[in-house]
Amino acid sequence: MSSAEPLRFRLNGHPVATPCVASRILLDLLREDLELTGTKRGCDLGTCGCCTVLLDGRPTLSCLTLARLAEGHEVTTIEGVSPPQGLSPVQQAFVDLGATQCGFCTPGFVLTATALLRDHPRPSHNEIVRAISGNLCRCTGYTKIIQAIESVAAPER
Amino acid sequence: MASTAPREYRLLGGRIPYIEGPLKVTGRAEYTDDIRRPGMLVGRLLRSPWPHARLRSIDTAAARTLPGVFGVLTGEKYPTPFGVLPITHDETAIAVDKARYTGDIIAAVAAQDELTAEAALALIRCDIEPLPEYSDPRGGLSKVTEPIHARGLNGTNIQKEVVQHFGDVDAAFARAAETVRVRATFAGVTHAFTEPLATIAESTPDGRLTVWSATQVPHYLHRSLSEVLGLSMHRIRVIKPEVGGGFGGKSDPLPHEIVCAALAIETGRPVKILTDREDVFYTNHGRHPTQNDVRIALDANGRILAYDIEALIDGGAWSSFGTVTTYYNGVLSMGPYLVPNFRYKGRRVYTNRPPSGAMRAHGGTNIRYAVEVALDQLAEKMGRDPFDLRAQNAIPPNTKTVNEFLITSTSFLKCLTAARENSGWDRKFRKLPYGRGVGVGCGFYISGSNSPIHFTPKMPQSTVHLKVDMDGGIAVHSMQADIGQGSNTLLAAIVAEVLGVDLERVHVQRVDSDVSPIDLGSYSSRVTFMMGNAARSAAEELRTVLLTAAAELVGRRPEEMEVGHERYRVRGEPTVGVSFLDALHKAMERRGALTASGSYDTTPKGGTFKGARAGTAPAYSFAAYVAQVEVDVETGEYRVEKIWAAFDCGRALNRLAVEGQIEGSIHMGLGQVMGESMNYRGARLFNPSLLEYKIPTPEQMPEVEILLVGEDDPEGPFGAKEAGEGPLIATLPAVANALYDAVGVRFTELPITPDRVVRGIDLRRKEGRAWKGS
Repeated sequence: MSSAEPLRFRLNGHPVATPCVASRILLDLLREDLELTGTKRGCDLGTCGCCTVLLDGRPTLSCLTLARLAEGHEVTTIEGVSPPQGLSPVQQAFVDLGATQCGFCTPGFVLTATALLRDHPRPSHNEIVRAISGNLCRCTGYTKIIQAIESVAAPER
Repeated sequence: MASTAPREYRLLGGRIPYIEGPLKVTGRAEYTDDIRRPGMLVGRLLRSPWPHARLRSIDTAAARTLPGVFGVLTGEKYPTPFGVLPITHDETAIAVDKARYTGDIIAAVAAQDELTAEAALALIRCDIEPLPEYSDPRGGLSKVTEPIHARGLNGTNIQKEVVQHFGDVDAAFARAAETVRVRATFAGVTHAFTEPLATIAESTPDGRLTVWSATQVPHYLHRSLSEVLGLSMHRIRVIKPEVGGGFGGKSDPLPHEIVCAALAIETGRPVKILTDREDVFYTNHGRHPTQNDVRIALDANGRILAYDIEALIDGGAWSSFGTVTTYYNGVLSMGPYLVPNFRYKGRRVYTNRPPSGAMRAHGGTNIRYAVEVALDQLAEKMGRDPFDLRAQNAIPPNTKTVNEFLITSTSFLKCLTAARENSGWDRKFRKLPYGRGVGVGCGFYISGSNSPIHFTPKMPQSTVHLKVDMDGGIAVHSMQADIGQGSNTLLAAIVAEVLGVDLERVHVQRVDSDVSPIDLGSYSSRVTFMMGNAARSAAEELRTVLLTAAAELVGRRPEEMEVGHERYRVRGEPTVGVSFLDALHKAMERRGALTASGSYDTTPKGGTFKGARAGTAPAYSFAAYVAQVEVDVETGEYRVEKIWAAFDCGRALNRLAVEGQIEGSIHMGLGQVMGESMNYRGARLFNPSLLEYKIPTPEQMPEVEILLVGEDDPEGPFGAKEAGEGPLIATLPAVANALYDAVGVRFTELPITPDRVVRGIDLRRKEGRAWKGS
């Protein structure tokens, strides 16, 4: 495919067509071209997880992904899992239980947790730890992040 | 207000979710890099690949003429030195005559886009003369051929030397029943906040400059911009968006912030500088690589007689906070214990490495590790339980220490008891099987530096303004810098508590030097204590106005009124009262929107000797942690299974935030003790990425049991003290002492990596020392 042709994919449930050169990184496309700044740039090397988005529902590091790979696929960013009003259950739990401090890693964790809970509504503690092990957080020691995810998994919260 | 008897509050003391939480979990919180200005250019920095080099000439002609380049800067245009401490201004925005470390900024460009900016940097030619590299602080202690800075002591690279002696240390050692000597060495570690450094600057035709920056210290940035750019402070506006973590790494005014502003002035266009992760590592200002020599003397009963301490500190290329660091490595060694005789010699030496500076629990972490490991050895030598020895030497409340610190509130003994009992210490210590162990470590930290960094003009440490109009929303202005620790939430909660209103009425405004009264910023664990007192004072002023209006409405005297929930009522007659809004509207009849101002300043503390103010604080936090570890004695890998964290932060005003600070501190402390290290070959850093510089992952994080045992501090707001930095300190020695209990090896070289554990076990076996039957 020529890079002169627009890139077509579904973004947060809506079809988009946007100019995109072959070398464009998905993170840059989202943040710079489409102004979806909820996806954070932490390292550009796939080491921190701040840029996590869902590609066809799977947590994906957008800083390591060529935007063209999204052609014909579904990309979900933090904006896509946030209801127009209020918060999703995962987001509400992160707020209530103090799972966000500086908040820079938070969109990535929310997306990773959302994908985990969709596929495994009752994850064990170890499954949660494994699922989020690609996301770094320097503020919380992960304790309250894990608690928040567990609280969504357990409906008695 | 004078009463310190514990009492319950409506909001404070509970679990208050962070007020910006909903914005952060939806990606709507605005960080510096999320801001776009029309016509904004991309700023890029050319960094020195040489550790130490004289810059003979820098040819920027080709870069300047590249299409799409709007401005190129080199050092000579803004040569005014700056630095966070007014006494050690030794940095320039861009290197002027020399590059002093790999990463030093030697030129900057502003261009239409990233690729053009990068291309322009590649066109800059530097003619340099390589200079001798200094990567070992020991090499800089005597006269050197090419001092890194002219201000080094007598032609050496010594940036700061501190010598202190209180009491008579030699006499104390002469009569000691038991002594110990520990040399502990520490690799440098760095903050590793997730948001890279970012600044936007815009110079406008009205002669003003606006700077948005990821900073912990908007006020110090404001001053530095003014000094270096030669602009009056009132022409500069500093805005702090959300900040993605700092931990001290954004507490210096940093060169790229000034360069960004200079490029905006040069080009007349908005300019953004976003550093990449590698640049963040080179900018560093993390915890200093340090060697601490500690000697401790005890009498026959186990009372501490004396400390004799030396510190050799690798400062890197700039002074930064280093003068404070040099004092802190001595004066923060003593608490939580009473030390009657104390001698200290500390030297911080410039090297051609990235500068070190302030990092969470600045100045206290390394030296307290050395002391706590030494005390563990002494307890063993004397056949004493480590807890008993520590309890015996605890500083009592309201004590003046030998170096004239005033320790007011302390619940350290309660920390010890809570950690000991909850961890099951007495059935575990020296009783777990080989390879498993428990250890105790204790902490002590300042709750705000009693002395502000700047003394002119004289002003309070923190000021808070309130404004409430007929809508009943309360706008709160303060330059305190929330960097994720929850200070905005605490500010709102204090105002809501005092006025009796719902939290949702209180709107904490973004830090903006045009409208925010000065608070000195987020460093030295000062915000809760100082901003908290200022906020309380402002809210009390407003409360008086509202209670007076309410009294008028119900026909009573103001003294008869009290605060209810969204209501002001007659004391003892709860049905006689008016709503908050009615009282507000009454109070506004003649004067319109209500405003109030509150401030807090420290009262002078400490002795009159040179350096006496370093480490003085209006209050101190205390900690006692127990760590339990499990070691794979074949591979040296180990797991911290659990940490019992007993902490005295006075009254915890937001338990959610206090727990978050303790859990995060433990994570960061574990990183330093278990594996984090800035690795150098000579002066060159060779692991500047989060792949090679590994912070602990969720798998490595132990269970943490938090035990908050503090009692109200007499001066802290609502009895509170700090909880942001002190909780880190005890983590490191607790783990090291637990490793000793597990495998019988003392570790004095940090980080304690698996290879060091294996080597330690092998050495112990070779020496024929058995441990727990192995």
